[in-house]
Amino acid sequence: MNLTLRIWRQSGPQDKGRMVTYPVDDVSPDMSFLEMLDVLNERLILAGEEPVAFDHDCREGICGMCGLMINGDAHGPQRGTTACQLHMRQFKDGETIDIEPWRARAFPVIKDLVVNRNAFDKIIAAGGYITAPTGSAPEAHAAPVAKANADAAFESAACIGCGACVAACPNGSGMLFTAAKVTQLSLLPQGQPERYTRVIGMVDAHDEAGFGGCTNAGECTAVCPKGIPLNTIGRLNRDYLTATAKRGDTPGS
Amino acid sequence: MELFTEGEPLADPKAPDGPVEKRWETRRFEAKLVNPANRRKMTVIVVGTGLAGGSAAATLAEQGYRVRSYCYQDSPRRAHSIAAQGGINAAKNYRNDGDSVHRLFYDTVKGGDFRSRESNVHRLAEVSVNIIDQCVAQGVPFAREYGGLLDTRSFGGAQVQRTFYARGQTGQQLLLGAYQALERQIGLGNVEMHTRHEMLELVVVDGHARGIVVRDMVTGEISTEMADAVVLASGGYGNVFYLSTNAKGCNVTASWRAHRKGAYFANPCYTQIHPTCIPVSGDHQSKLTLMSESLRNDGRVWVPQHQDDDRAPRDIPEDERDYYLERIYPSFGNLVPRDIASRAAKNVCDEGRGVGPTKLGVYLDFADAIDRLGRKAIEAKYGNLFEMYERITGEDPYQVPMRIYPAVHYTMGGLWVDYDLQSTIPGLFVIGEANFSDHGANRLGASALMQGLADGYFVLPTTIAHYLASGPREKVDASHPAAVQARREVEDRIARLLAVDGDRTVDSFHRELGQIMWEHCGMERSEAGLRKAIDEIRALREQFWQRVRVPGDGEGLNQSLEKAGRVADFFELAELMCVDALHREESCGGHFRAEHQTPDGEAQRDDDRFAYVAAWEYTGTGEPAVLHKEDLTFEYVHPTQRSYK
Repeated sequence: MNLTLRIWRQSGPQDKGRMVTYPVDDVSPDMSFLEMLDVLNERLILAGEEPVAFDHDCREGICGMCGLMINGDAHGPQRGTTACQLHMRQFKDGETIDIEPWRARAFPVIKDLVVNRNAFDKIIAAGGYITAPTGSAPEAHAAPVAKANADAAFESAACIGCGACVAACPNGSGMLFTAAKVTQLSLLPQGQPERYTRVIGMVDAHDEAGFGGCTNAGECTAVCPKGIPLNTIGRLNRDYLTATAKRGDTPGS
Repeated sequence: MELFTEGEPLADPKAPDGPVEKRWETRRFEAKLVNPANRRKMTVIVVGTGLAGGSAAATLAEQGYRVRSYCYQDSPRRAHSIAAQGGINAAKNYRNDGDSVHRLFYDTVKGGDFRSRESNVHRLAEVSVNIIDQCVAQGVPFAREYGGLLDTRSFGGAQVQRTFYARGQTGQQLLLGAYQALERQIGLGNVEMHTRHEMLELVVVDGHARGIVVRDMVTGEISTEMADAVVLASGGYGNVFYLSTNAKGCNVTASWRAHRKGAYFANPCYTQIHPTCIPVSGDHQSKLTLMSESLRNDGRVWVPQHQDDDRAPRDIPEDERDYYLERIYPSFGNLVPRDIASRAAKNVCDEGRGVGPTKLGVYLDFADAIDRLGRKAIEAKYGNLFEMYERITGEDPYQVPMRIYPAVHYTMGGLWVDYDLQSTIPGLFVIGEANFSDHGANRLGASALMQGLADGYFVLPTTIAHYLASGPREKVDASHPAAVQARREVEDRIARLLAVDGDRTVDSFHRELGQIMWEHCGMERSEAGLRKAIDEIRALREQFWQRVRVPGDGEGLNQSLEKAGRVADFFELAELMCVDALHREESCGGHFRAEHQTPDGEAQRDDDRFAYVAAWEYTGTGEPAVLHKEDLTFEYVHPTQRSYK
């Protein structure tokens, strides 16, 4: 396959950035999208040009490090698939492909296609955990969990923290990410003691980090490579409402 | 020139004696403690945020130490433990099927082909039960039964159901548990987290590890960080083969820099080649993807009986297929351990019976299972894996058998540590896959997660206190001559890599190195092949330093520069792996020497000559390393020939 790539190049946070066109020939349909970028980079290096910086690590769709806007879609055209698992057989010979970084206020560009997603870690640090210092745990079977709850908690816990939801959202909201963690932990008995302080802490951190508010556009769930459903945000809202009502009698909130 | 010399034998000074089931308790009691008020004054550096590093950093901070944590990824949650699929072993015996701490201990020593320490493995089995409790308390969503209790399954040929799991994403869920505990400590100000930082040198002051030199991968800034102790949790070195199931960024640099500073490297040749990975599709291949071992519970492995049979798999009649694992190993069949399944696949491909475009593949066929259980049942069990397979290969495994081939997956070797997980440099501790300690010559399925969390949550936090309690050491800062020297070494090396300005890319060298290693130090090794590999590695290393092209500069994000530094270290490690494989004139676990096999082609150990840990001391690049032997004794599990027939 022969392709034309138009790639966002930005030398650093201060640079304005621009789209640059690169023809790439002899692309095999069996290549992954990132392997196609590897091929481009090898050629750029040998031609004395600077290779395109992009984030990636596991290349098997689980670490959440890769993230590219491909023709305007977060992670590209295939549903339920991260950019690293997207293969070139999804594209046509002769196609022009636009490749851009995640764009959101909370994710500033570092270089080319690489963005800073530390804001997600801050949301977790503000409450996305169950306090259980090592050694303090009771016997694992002390608290049974109904299978339906355990399965639903798992569905939310499958979030890989890639940030596609934020990139796709017209408001740059990180609410699907935040809600996925809130949902997981609030479905489990272990998560109950901190249930309401958690949701307030995480939503506050979300807002402080510069993410926008949720207006139920639903773009987030459409691009989520792990299929986190939109109703997790509903669960978050319910917990948040209860938490604000309880605020007066919840110490530490 | 000699490839190595032999030095003094090595003994583990911390190993307690007495009955094996009392040793950990004894050590815990004898270990010194640090008073809580003093913990606040002590800083521990932890490099790596996978299961071992993440859990250690969180636990040390909970105990009151000041912790500095480093990872090369943009978030501690992305460390490669996240990709582990299958599960985590624990001797809970919830199934009442005969499991016990002693049985897990026994299975792990045997599975490691009698090349691990009994004391360490027993401790691992003891601690395994606490790990499950800890993870459940953190909200890890393990699979559960309808009654609400935890589900377990059998894994990797174990005859008991001791593997806890969270679908095919157990590593992810366990890591997120550790990550959240770590983030909590970051939020509380007890851990200073440095993402996108890479450790490039160890600082050793008066024989003690006192700090590291790191590069900020975003700004390019080099800095020296000092501490009271340093913990390496930087993972394995499978990427020396270029193609492996490791993440692209996984590297040996932190371990190798410590090795160059005096930490011995143990059993580097012990490599685990996982039998069920998606085959290479072309020269562009950048990594290999694992298909969970659990697939072998229902899939049947076969190749055509005749060479060069190019018919589509469904057109090959039953009597012209060779279900070779079932044929050779009738009692374990498709569930033989990883090393055995991998070598068998290589053998049938070497015979010209491999399948797929490259002929380096075997079928993993679910047709019988679909007939027996129905498509729905198979979908429920393996749906996500089948989808992943189809995304990558474009083939539908419900219709056509999967094609699989072995790939490098895990490295049992690593920095040598004593029972306290301390390396030969006092104050330098090594945990998780980065150390060599618990898996011997072959790791069993679902044991990596167990070991990473055992080290990080329970073992290290106890043993490191013993070391710290022997302080406080003299205050030193980044202006100490040893620290200044370490920093200069880092700067010089970066300058050297940038100055070559040659005509080949880093990746082209890495690929070529990987091919040499796969060919000669992979699933089957021979004296002639290893000698050839050593010559080729040396020649290629020289080429690397003359012809590599690293564009850009050291300021700011430069992914080529990052890769170049890692590949330079892989070159040195590769040579040591081949020397280790060459000197070990026996076959054991993942190390198979063509000259040492039983008449029916199984690994032939030589316990009289090789029942030891080979710990290598660095003497200089291309200089003969010094071999220190730590004898292994077996009081509880009597070494036998592993048999899965």
